[in-house]
Amino acid sequence: MPTDAPLAVRMDGITKAFHGVTVLEDVHLDIRPGEVHALAGGNGAGKSTLMKILQGVYQRDAGVVEVFGRPLDATTIEGARAAGIGMVFQEFSLISTLTVAQNIFLDVEPTRAGLIDDKAMRSRAAELLARIDVAIDPAAEVGDLPTAQWQLTEIAKALGQDARVLIMDEPTASLAKHEVEALFELVGRLKEQGIAIIYISHRMDEVYRIADRITILRNGKNLITAGLDEITPQEIVAGIAGRELSDAESPAPARGGATGPVILDVADLHAAGVEGATFQVRAGEVVGIAGLMGSGRTELARALFGISRITRGTVMKDGSRVRLDSPADAINAGIALIPEDRRLQGLVLDHSVRENLTLPLLDGLRRRGLVAKDMVRDRSDRLIEQFSIAVARPDAPARLLSGGNQQKIVIAKWLGTEPEVLVMDEPTAGVDVGTKTEIVRIVRELAQTGKGIIVISSEYPELIAMCDRFLIMRNGRVVETIGAERVASEVELELAVQGLAA
Amino acid sequence: MSTTTTPRPKAAATTSAPAWQRVASRLDWRRDIIYVGFVVVFVVFAVLLGDQGFLSTTNLLNILRQTAIITIIAVGMTFVIACAEIDLSVGSIAGLTSITAAMAIAAFGLVPGIIAGLAIGVVVGAVNGSLVAFLRIPSFLVTLAMLGIAAGVAQWVTASAPQPILDRTFNTVFGSGNIGRLPGLVIWSGVVVAIGAVVLKKAKFGRQVLATGANRTAAEYSGINTRAIKFRVMMISAMAASLAGLLYAGRLQSGRFQWGAGDELSAIAAVILGGTALAGGRGSVVGTLFGALLMGLINNGLILAGLDSSQQQVIRGVIIILAVALARNK
Repeated sequence: MPTDAPLAVRMDGITKAFHGVTVLEDVHLDIRPGEVHALAGGNGAGKSTLMKILQGVYQRDAGVVEVFGRPLDATTIEGARAAGIGMVFQEFSLISTLTVAQNIFLDVEPTRAGLIDDKAMRSRAAELLARIDVAIDPAAEVGDLPTAQWQLTEIAKALGQDARVLIMDEPTASLAKHEVEALFELVGRLKEQGIAIIYISHRMDEVYRIADRITILRNGKNLITAGLDEITPQEIVAGIAGRELSDAESPAPARGGATGPVILDVADLHAAGVEGATFQVRAGEVVGIAGLMGSGRTELARALFGISRITRGTVMKDGSRVRLDSPADAINAGIALIPEDRRLQGLVLDHSVRENLTLPLLDGLRRRGLVAKDMVRDRSDRLIEQFSIAVARPDAPARLLSGGNQQKIVIAKWLGTEPEVLVMDEPTAGVDVGTKTEIVRIVRELAQTGKGIIVISSEYPELIAMCDRFLIMRNGRVVETIGAERVASEVELELAVQGLAA
Repeated sequence: MSTTTTPRPKAAATTSAPAWQRVASRLDWRRDIIYVGFVVVFVVFAVLLGDQGFLSTTNLLNILRQTAIITIIAVGMTFVIACAEIDLSVGSIAGLTSITAAMAIAAFGLVPGIIAGLAIGVVVGAVNGSLVAFLRIPSFLVTLAMLGIAAGVAQWVTASAPQPILDRTFNTVFGSGNIGRLPGLVIWSGVVVAIGAVVLKKAKFGRQVLATGANRTAAEYSGINTRAIKFRVMMISAMAASLAGLLYAGRLQSGRFQWGAGDELSAIAAVILGGTALAGGRGSVVGTLFGALLMGLINNGLILAGLDSSQQQVIRGVIIILAVALARNK
């Protein structure tokens, strides 16, 4: 670039380790003023760590950061903000009980005679919103606004603090289609004003639509930085998804389609975040659901387990229609959910392993109306053995176990109810490689005993290793069904999820 | 055809809506219920109890005087609750302040007595605030423990005996004096309400309190030092309670460990009635004033109506539940 203007951001030689584990190694990142720069990489590639260093949340172990030519040695969020770094949070950082204007100027309120000048604040907020051409009433309470406007408010808040570099992390994940359009138009206007935007997204269509260049990280190192006119979506996807297969996995053995009877038949299912899902699960079959964040994967699982209300469509179990108004209904219908967040939704961490294992089974473990201790012990011992949970003291709290063992407890707990349909949401997230292999094995074995299994996962190697069929979700709909024999690699699956041909 | 004609009658209905409906639609039910409730109760009592002297100046001033001390405690409590904390120790702080001031006045004189009394607020507030803000112990537990400690100390050092205060200046300034017909207590509470209302609504600190109470993480990411905010609200509450203790001492011309006992519950009720969210993030000092006045009004009316104190308690409880339940949903 033959220009004297300094880069908006220059990060060079950034290295960071946590507890001796290197998560970033000699990473460099250049952002030009007025540029939308996409930042991509798989889970654990180091994107969010890199951004947290730029925001002053984490301290770098080595390397330099410059913002508009000035070295940034800020060790605090405030320091980075003063240098012009603004963040549009994925988890919104707004105060719902305050107005839009009060949020934009939170902690930097204009004052007169020592008191907050709400009138000046409102008019300055209105000016700011007008400058970025956003129609929001500055006097409206944020809690009363739709989520899309929260995000725009958040952007206005960053700009109100003179941010010249904006970090947006998956900003469209919770937006509807027309809201995404409004956001992109705003991004375009910000660009014209010379504001640099670092755009973290997994969606190739969005990246191609608005970004100028892309940097891909893999395993904490730079993989490539390129203009989007020099790189194909296939190359990007290969860069993101094509990490080395974990040595524990071998590519999926070719499996014939399961031939058991249909045990779960879902037709045109509508619920919060799900806009028409139609699919079947056969006995002995593992069906994988793949989709981007916000595609309706988790929402589908919640609807099938009776947590969110089904507004339209039917669920048939063994040929007869079932009502799923509550998790109790789902359990009675033989459906179990292994939830996404095991620490929050799957376990009572302070209770013992035994108590956790038998919590859904207590009805069957009673004698004269009271829980029988010996029955609890027998039952939990059997489950511990069956799932080879490594636990020294079954009476110790579940919080003391490793993530992998905790996950096995959750699985064992639900299998104790002998469900015929098992829905697993991110079963391998945050567990070690050994446990992943074991979970894959357990899932395959369960399928062989005739259960129907639905696995939602963003970890494609595991998904490929266990599934017979993949359902691709996008915008709350099941848009495609692919047999395992047609998916040879993670890259192919990622391309299908992105809606790109291989 | 039918689709074009259907919206019409609806539009006509909204334009011809009666005036009261338009006023009602502008009211924020959750925030303003206290004022509606206050007016309704006042009118009902005025009609039913007008003959018993409810509307006489003396009686109305009485209501103000009787609610003044609770109002002061409740102003401090408004900050604490708006910040999503609670302070159960305020009643005990008032009691401990009253005996400390009384004993210090007897031993060292007027000014040292006032300083000693307020020092109780500083010390207890600093302890409460440190435990809540820096050690992150839930304020419910910290102040529940402090409630016992402060009351126990006050009873222990005085051996349960009242400590008379003979200093007439003290008694006149703190609670027993009048300016014209206006009780000094009412002036004290008026000043505290005014300061509290401006600080919560107009000062940066007030905004920081609301932000911290609504969403601590978001407040922190906005650059607010939320620990300092939590510390300071606990401090403010203890200081308000300490001032209330001085006023008890002056009005009753003595210090006693029981002064203020149970006030924490009245103060919390006044704050919640006043529209401050128990979950934090929303608060109004003026609302709190009216919450306290409403309770004073009800007490007064029920006494005039000839109900005994057991019946008063029942009715007061029912009214509080009703008001808070009504304020929950729009």
